[in-house]
Amino acid sequence: MWAFTLRRLLYAVPVLLGVSMLVFALIHLAPGDVVDILVPPEVPKEIADSLRQRFHLDEQLYVQYVAWLGRLMVGDFGVSFFTGRPVAEELFGALGNTLVLALPAAVLGFLLGIALGALAAYNHGTWLDKLFSATAIIGVSLPHYWVGIVLVAIFAVVLNLLPAQGMGFEGLPTSWEHVQHLVLPVVTLSLIPMGVISRLVRANVLEILSQEFVGTLRAKGLFNRRVLYHTLKNAAPSALALMGLQFGYLLGGSILVETVFNWPGSGGLMNLAIFRRDVPVLSATIVVLAAIFVFINILVDVLQALLDPRMRR
Amino acid sequence: MEESAALAADPAMALKRAQQGKSYWRRVWERLREDKVTLAVISVLVMLLIMVVFAPWFTMHDPYAGSVLRRLKPVGTPGHWLGTDEVGRDLWSRMVYGGRLSLLAGVVPVFLALLIGGFLGILAGYAGGLLNSAVMRLTDVLYAFPSILLAIAITGILGAGLQNTILALTISFIPPIIRISESVTTQVRHLDFVEAARASGARRLTIMRYHILSNVLGPILVYATSLISICIILAAGLSFLGLGVTPPSAEWGLMLNNLRQSIWVSPLVAALPGVMIFITSMCFNLMSDGLRQAMDVRL
Repeated sequence: MWAFTLRRLLYAVPVLLGVSMLVFALIHLAPGDVVDILVPPEVPKEIADSLRQRFHLDEQLYVQYVAWLGRLMVGDFGVSFFTGRPVAEELFGALGNTLVLALPAAVLGFLLGIALGALAAYNHGTWLDKLFSATAIIGVSLPHYWVGIVLVAIFAVVLNLLPAQGMGFEGLPTSWEHVQHLVLPVVTLSLIPMGVISRLVRANVLEILSQEFVGTLRAKGLFNRRVLYHTLKNAAPSALALMGLQFGYLLGGSILVETVFNWPGSGGLMNLAIFRRDVPVLSATIVVLAAIFVFINILVDVLQALLDPRMRR
Repeated sequence: MEESAALAADPAMALKRAQQGKSYWRRVWERLREDKVTLAVISVLVMLLIMVVFAPWFTMHDPYAGSVLRRLKPVGTPGHWLGTDEVGRDLWSRMVYGGRLSLLAGVVPVFLALLIGGFLGILAGYAGGLLNSAVMRLTDVLYAFPSILLAIAITGILGAGLQNTILALTISFIPPIIRISESVTTQVRHLDFVEAARASGARRLTIMRYHILSNVLGPILVYATSLISICIILAAGLSFLGLGVTPPSAEWGLMLNNLRQSIWVSPLVAALPGVMIFITSMCFNLMSDGLRQAMDVRL
C-alpha cells in the first residue's frame, strides 16, 4: 500500500514538470512580453530594453524557465503587477474562499447524486426512475453560469430573499447572514456533480444488481436494505474516482460561477488577472490549481486502492 | 417489416442473420428507429441547424441594428416577441443568428479533437511500447488541468476571439479522446480475430483500417457526441467571461454576458439566451445516450 502511494506521488513529479513547462510556454507564446504590458508604448526603446535586462528577460528561454521553476519550488510566486502584493498571499486567500464554496457544493451534490442514482436504479423502469434520470440529465446539460443568473433573477431580484453577489464576510461563515451569501452559489455549483454522480451510480448499481452475487444475497434471505449496502459498497470505488474528479473541477473550474456571483475566490482572481494582464498572478494560479487537481487525483487513487485491493497494481 | 417479423419467429434464422456481416449496423438502426426520444431529439437538432443556417428566413430584424428608443423591451412587445437587448437589438434575431457561432464553437473543437485525439489514441493503442508511453505521458500532463481551466488558460493568455476559442477547446478535448480510443484499441488489439488477421498475413495498415477502426469508431463517436454538449456549454462560457467571440457578434454566451447588467431591469430577457444553450446541450446529451444504447457501447 505504501509502495503504491509512493509510486503515485513520484509519478506526479514529471506530470507537474510538464504542467509548469506548458504554462511557461503559453505565456511566452503570447504576443509581447511582460515589459510591453508594464510600460506604456511611448517609452523609449532603450529604457524598455534596460528593464528587460533587469528582469532577465533577455536571457535564453530555458534559463528563464529554470529560474522561474526554482522560485516556484521555494514558494516564491512573485509580486502582482496590479496590486503590488505577493502573489502567494492573494492566491491562498482566494483559494480559501473557493474552498468555502466548493466543500458544501461537493457534499450537497454528491449526497443528492448518490441518493437519486441509487433510488433510480432500485426502482428501475418506474416513473421514479424516469423522474430521477431526467433530473440528472438536466443537471449535466444546464450551463451552470446561466443557472446562477436565473437564481439571482428569482431569489434576489424578484423575491428579494437572498443577496445577489459577493461574499459579505471573511474566512468562515459564522452567522445566518453569512450563510445567505453561500446559498445561491453553492446550489449552482452542486448541479453538475449531482447530475454526473447520479448517472454513474445509477448505471453502476443497475449492473451490480444484475450480477449473480446479488441473487445469492436475496436467496439467503437478506433484506433489501442489506442488499443495498452490499451494492453500494461495490459501486463505491468508481463513484469515488468520479467524485474526486468533480471536486477537482469545483476547485479549479469554478471561474464561471465565481464570476456570476462576484465571489473573491481563485476563479475570480484568475478572471481579474486575465483582464489586468497580471502575468505573475495568472501563471501562479494556473500552476497551483493544476497541482491541486493532480494531488486530489492521487488521493482518490489511494482511497480507491484502499477500498478495492484489485486496484493496487 | 416482414423481415423483422420473420426474424422474431425463427430463432435459427435470427442466429444466421446475426452471424452475417453488416447486421450490427442494421440492428443499431433498428434499435434507433424504436427509440422515440432519440428520434425527437435528433429532429430538434436538425430543425435548429436549419434555423441557424437559414437565419434570415426565420427572423424579421437585423440582429445588429440597435436603437436607443427600443432598449430592453419586455417579452411580448409587438414586433419583437422576445423583447430587445440592452442596446435595442431584436432578441429573437440575435438568438437565431447567435446559434451560428455557438454551434460552430460547440461542434468544431470536438470534431478536430476527434480527428487528432482519435488518431493518436489508436496509434498509441495499436503500436504499444515506447510510442504508447510517449503519447500517454503527454496526455497525462494535459489531464492535470480541469478542462475548463485549460481552455481559460489558453484563451486568457493568447487572447479572445473565435479562433483561439476553437483552439483552446480542441486542446482541452484531445486528452479524454486519446484516453478512450487508446484503451478501446488496446482491448480490441488482443482479441482473437485481430490475432487471426495478423497470423494470416494481413498488413498492419490493413488491420488498423479494417479491424481496429471499425470496432473502435463506435465507442469514440458516442463519447464525442456527449462531449459536444459540454463543449457548447464551455464555448458559451468562454464568451460569457469575455474570452470567446468578441462583441458585437451575436453568440449565446456573449449575449448572456451583455444582458447580465440588465438583470435588475428585466430579469426574464436577461435569462433568455441561456435557454438556447440549455436546450442544445440537452439534445446532444440525450442523443449521445440514445446512440450509446443503440450501439450497446460501454465506456
